[in-house]
Amino acid sequence: MNLSAIFGEALRALRQNRLRTGLTMLGMIIGVAAVVLMLSIGQGARTKINETIAAMGSNLLLVVPGAMSSGGFSFGSGSVRTLTINDAHAIAELTSIRATAPVTSGTVQLNYAAKNWSTLITGTTPEYFEVGNWTMESGTAFTEAEVRSAARVVVLGSITAKNLFGDEEPVGKTIRITNRPFLVVGVLMAKGQSLTGRDQDDNVFVPISTSERQITGNQFPGSIRYMLVQGASADEMDIAEIEITQLLRQRHRIPSGKDNDFTVRNLTAIADVATDAAKIMSIVLGAIASVSLLVGGIGIMNIMLVSVTERTREIGIRMAIGANQRAILTQFLLEAMMICIMGGLIGLLIGIGGAWLVSQVADMLIVITLGMIGLAFLFSSAVGIFFGFYPAQKAASLKPVDALRYE
Amino acid sequence: MPLIQPIHSTQSLIQLERLCKSYSLQDAHGKTLTTQVLHHIDLTIHQGEFVAIMGHSGSGKSTLMNILGCLDTPTSGSYWLSRRNVAALSSNELAQIRNRNIGFVFQGFNLLKRMTALDNVATPLLYAGVSRSKSRQQALEFLRRTGLGDFAMHQPNQLSGGQQQRVAISRALINHPSLILADEPTGNLDTQTSNDIMQLFEQLNRDQGITIILVTHENDIAAYAKRLIHLKDGRITIDSYPTAASTANR
Repeated sequence: MNLSAIFGEALRALRQNRLRTGLTMLGMIIGVAAVVLMLSIGQGARTKINETIAAMGSNLLLVVPGAMSSGGFSFGSGSVRTLTINDAHAIAELTSIRATAPVTSGTVQLNYAAKNWSTLITGTTPEYFEVGNWTMESGTAFTEAEVRSAARVVVLGSITAKNLFGDEEPVGKTIRITNRPFLVVGVLMAKGQSLTGRDQDDNVFVPISTSERQITGNQFPGSIRYMLVQGASADEMDIAEIEITQLLRQRHRIPSGKDNDFTVRNLTAIADVATDAAKIMSIVLGAIASVSLLVGGIGIMNIMLVSVTERTREIGIRMAIGANQRAILTQFLLEAMMICIMGGLIGLLIGIGGAWLVSQVADMLIVITLGMIGLAFLFSSAVGIFFGFYPAQKAASLKPVDALRYE
Repeated sequence: MPLIQPIHSTQSLIQLERLCKSYSLQDAHGKTLTTQVLHHIDLTIHQGEFVAIMGHSGSGKSTLMNILGCLDTPTSGSYWLSRRNVAALSSNELAQIRNRNIGFVFQGFNLLKRMTALDNVATPLLYAGVSRSKSRQQALEFLRRTGLGDFAMHQPNQLSGGQQQRVAISRALINHPSLILADEPTGNLDTQTSNDIMQLFEQLNRDQGITIILVTHENDIAAYAKRLIHLKDGRITIDSYPTAASTANR
């Protein structure tokens, strides 16, 4: 008997018992739908985290000033302004480093026309936008020359721009920062939340020199709050870290045996932790959903065993008229597989539908990949073969005379 | 190539030598009880014979039929079918013999439920590897020959007993077997229908030279056969060729 004929026989048997076929399939449908839904939620979370990491910029190191202690009293990290703009310039010269961006910050009041808004101000250099992977919505970043001349120019974060200007185009307009007029030269593209949940779009950026001299002032001229450092390549991050440490110790004249007065943090390592967490979450979600698929598979095995017992006489008749063991095995295996594959396809559609619903209702990012669809299909066929084989084997190994005599 | 070569009518189709069959059962105390159903049966049946095997229930006639039909295996002794030792054949080869060389007709018809008469008749062809459309075409032809052309699309439960048995006979014939094994084929039928069925067997034996082995406990059914074998307690007690006169007597 060729395969298409056996396929026809299997299909006929499934049609004869629609309700049972449907209920058995339901186990498979729910299992596959759950797997697809869980995988798409997990994948969505991973994609979201990856986007956030990409937005953060790649190969980043953060250098912050160290803690100062006085009389056994520690002031905590950043309590002393040991890092300077010149440190940043020196680090930028290292071969393992692509760029550095020194940062000072403070809080300021902004005015435009009748509106006013309080936000974070960041004094930095043009490299900041490059290192932090920012893109401009309109206009341009300020230039090196504007940093040197401490020009009154400002780049707005997207939320700040919206709050001050509404639908109006900000570039070319003048806003007042602590009552000094600043020309808006650019508006940044929105970035969303950072990994730590901070809004990255509600802020303004001015040249570091302008900030220091005209806005926040500086107790220790030339000192900075922190600097962002971008390594030349992902492979050399460890080397970059060591080189920065050596250079800064030398520049700060720290004798060997004394602690650093600064800290170098690898942001990529933080990103790796977040990626791993998301990965573990998708694995856990998938594993939980797989349990329901397993239960569905056991349901199929159960029903197929009942079916084999019920149809013992039919098997006997088929053997008497010339079915060999392979034909019987194939027929029952195909029945189980057809339940699984059909159930799998329906489950896939329901899973995709459910994922869409979740994305709409819960406003979550849901990602369905072709690989996931393939995986669901492969998984359901595998369940069919795995759980269908034993009943099919049982049917095929019946002795013709016993099967025929079965009442 | 068929497993069994067509053979000359004088050659033996079936040869049983000291064939025994016993069943083992375990009683409540785990002791094994052995019941011997067939005792050292020696039997030769030639191509083209029409044999009736008679006996009371429990005489072993159904067991003998099952062994002849390659549905069951003997405990000891040998069974040669067309000069091939059945004991040496694989399960696949046995399936092929049942498919190509033997046609079964049962007392309970044993048609596949919820399948049309046409598909029932076509199924052995499917197992022989013939395509679905071709096998259906051929099955329809066989149904027409037994006068059931109009009932091709009926399911077994929509047919009378006699019609069902004709479908079963069509199914048995579809692969042109050299041997038909009929186990009480008229057991569930009324007298008139029984006679119709027996005449059909007689005609197949006479016109196509098909060997027919029939199990029955009714004398007037056995009277259609040319050779009578009586079984009692697993042994052959009578093996006779009734005269034409006694056949005419019925």
